[in-house]
Amino acid sequence: MEKGRFGQFGGQYIPETLMNEIINLEKAYNYYKDDKDFKAELAGLLNNYAGRPSLLYYAEKMTRELGGAKIYLKREDLNHTGSHKINNVLGQALLAKKMGKTRVIAETGAGQHGVATATAAALLGLECEIFMGKEDTERQALNVYRMQLLGAEVHSVTSGTMTLKDAVNETMREWVSRVRDTHYVLGTVMGPHPFPTIVRDFQSVISLEARDQILKAEGKLPKAVVACVGGGSNAMGMFYHFIPDKGVRLIGCEAAGLGTETDKHAATLTKGDIGIFHGMKSYFCQDGEGQIAPVYSISAGLDYPGVGPEHANLRDIGRAEYHAVTDEAAVSAFEYIAKTEGIIAAIESSHAIAYARELAPSLKKDDCIIICVSGRGDKDVAAIARYKGVKLYE
Amino acid sequence: MSRLKDAFNGGKAFVAFVTGGDPSLEKTEEYVVALAEAGADIVEIGIPFSDPIAEGAVIQRANIRALNGGTSLKKLFLTVKSIRNKTPVPLVFLTYANPVYRYGYDAFFAECAAVGIDGIIVPDVPYEEQKELKDIASKYGIDVISLIAPTSKDRILDIARDASGFLYIVSSMGVTGIRGEITTDIGEIVRAVKSVTNIPAAVGFGINTLKQAEEMSKVADGIIVGSALVKIVEDKGADAALALKQYVAEMKAAIRHNDR
Repeated sequence: MEKGRFGQFGGQYIPETLMNEIINLEKAYNYYKDDKDFKAELAGLLNNYAGRPSLLYYAEKMTRELGGAKIYLKREDLNHTGSHKINNVLGQALLAKKMGKTRVIAETGAGQHGVATATAAALLGLECEIFMGKEDTERQALNVYRMQLLGAEVHSVTSGTMTLKDAVNETMREWVSRVRDTHYVLGTVMGPHPFPTIVRDFQSVISLEARDQILKAEGKLPKAVVACVGGGSNAMGMFYHFIPDKGVRLIGCEAAGLGTETDKHAATLTKGDIGIFHGMKSYFCQDGEGQIAPVYSISAGLDYPGVGPEHANLRDIGRAEYHAVTDEAAVSAFEYIAKTEGIIAAIESSHAIAYARELAPSLKKDDCIIICVSGRGDKDVAAIARYKGVKLYE
Repeated sequence: MSRLKDAFNGGKAFVAFVTGGDPSLEKTEEYVVALAEAGADIVEIGIPFSDPIAEGAVIQRANIRALNGGTSLKKLFLTVKSIRNKTPVPLVFLTYANPVYRYGYDAFFAECAAVGIDGIIVPDVPYEEQKELKDIASKYGIDVISLIAPTSKDRILDIARDASGFLYIVSSMGVTGIRGEITTDIGEIVRAVKSVTNIPAAVGFGINTLKQAEEMSKVADGIIVGSALVKIVEDKGADAALALKQYVAEMKAAIRHNDR
């Protein structure tokens, strides 16, 4: 396989100004990923600071109610900062520090990645600036304040559609302006090589643990692992160590918004076409002229018009399958798992839970599946209340 | 022989940029002709894109104006064809990878050749990824113009060796836009370029004053001005032709001092 490619997808489609920086990043990563001290330091942070390993929880009540395969939840929501984002951020922030960087920048959609980045920056003593679409700063105001509490400067992005893709544009523009002391902590398995590989490697701890945990609990592999997909980092992390296990279905759930038959969705793999954007060749929601399409989802974290190149390849070679889940089904799953298991899951993760509710009853009782609960849903409570027409006063 | 390379034969070259369809395609036609008449040696036409990551605020806004006005690549090709009937000035498209990929590389470059486009600049396709464009562009005689940045360092020689048309030296870190000063040692980059190629080297990003134009043209073969011209279009809208001509004439006079 060509360097930095997953089949035909991936590559390094970025301005020349960033090329040497990207090449240096690749060199540094290739060195440190096998460096004993770096690995020990990162493992220490993950275990003693972020709270790893995360639980693999048997959702007994949900299993009984749905009446099919045993359902296990990989509890990334229990990590410090409340989502899987911390896995990648600690790795990249540590790498940035080793590279002599003193400042990190990042995009954020729902705010989870921004909060995680601000957290790692505070811990490791790095300056931190976060770029967030203006619309998202309003949807997720609490996370903006959280980042500020952690010492980060938050820029409200007013260009384009004022959501995640525009936050990525603006972070790239900032990085082109200042690379010498700055590392761009990309939040998902997208962007130019080596980011999709770096982020996947740091997130693969999810499936490394889960595979071991399920074998201990069940003595066999699951029939399927299910995760939500925006850019695709928790899904890549959940899939990675199961890729060689051909009997395990890898299922990604993208945001269908108001429905894939409308133009209000973010279902890139279901509805998108191949293109080149944000540093990579992959699938994108776009029009016939190659203009990137405005996307929509109730979930700010899935509201992105592209998808990581490794997902694009896994889909095209038939190793993984991707389904689109509507706002309505996700909100219903959000409420369902709260009432059934006492877990308020992120609205992003609720897309995966929604699909699993259909999948589990279709499987045998001695089968099992794992759902990645990528984040906690506290941040979504106000938005879900609004969706349900409930007026909240703080 | 590349018409773009030849455009540098008459002395220091002035390369002008406008966004296609800003404020309308009719005006783009009028403005490109005006820029050529005023002395522009090459005119770059930006294909508007929803997410122009290498552009600063001025050109971002021009992209939005053009797209909101209904500019499409198909219509822009017709405009170029019409421009070609009025002026022989070499024309370059500046665009991002996705509109070209989506149109289909072969169809895109065939159309470029048919309407009289001489080259393209694609800021999000660096040296490593150029092959997929170049293989097809060269079949149709279209130059793919490479960029060299202040951070390029050991990449300069490889990029320069494989260059066609002219080389676009990015003056500063960051995105396009008017700058107070340019601190990069452009002379050093140009000397490195000249050690391996006779392809002309033009400097762009941030140039807007006569003084900058004169200084940059001392060390390079030409200068590229975008945001300053687009700002004139933004301010004057449909009545920008005269102001554009005056600006180009003054800038051209400033760089003429440095003709050998």
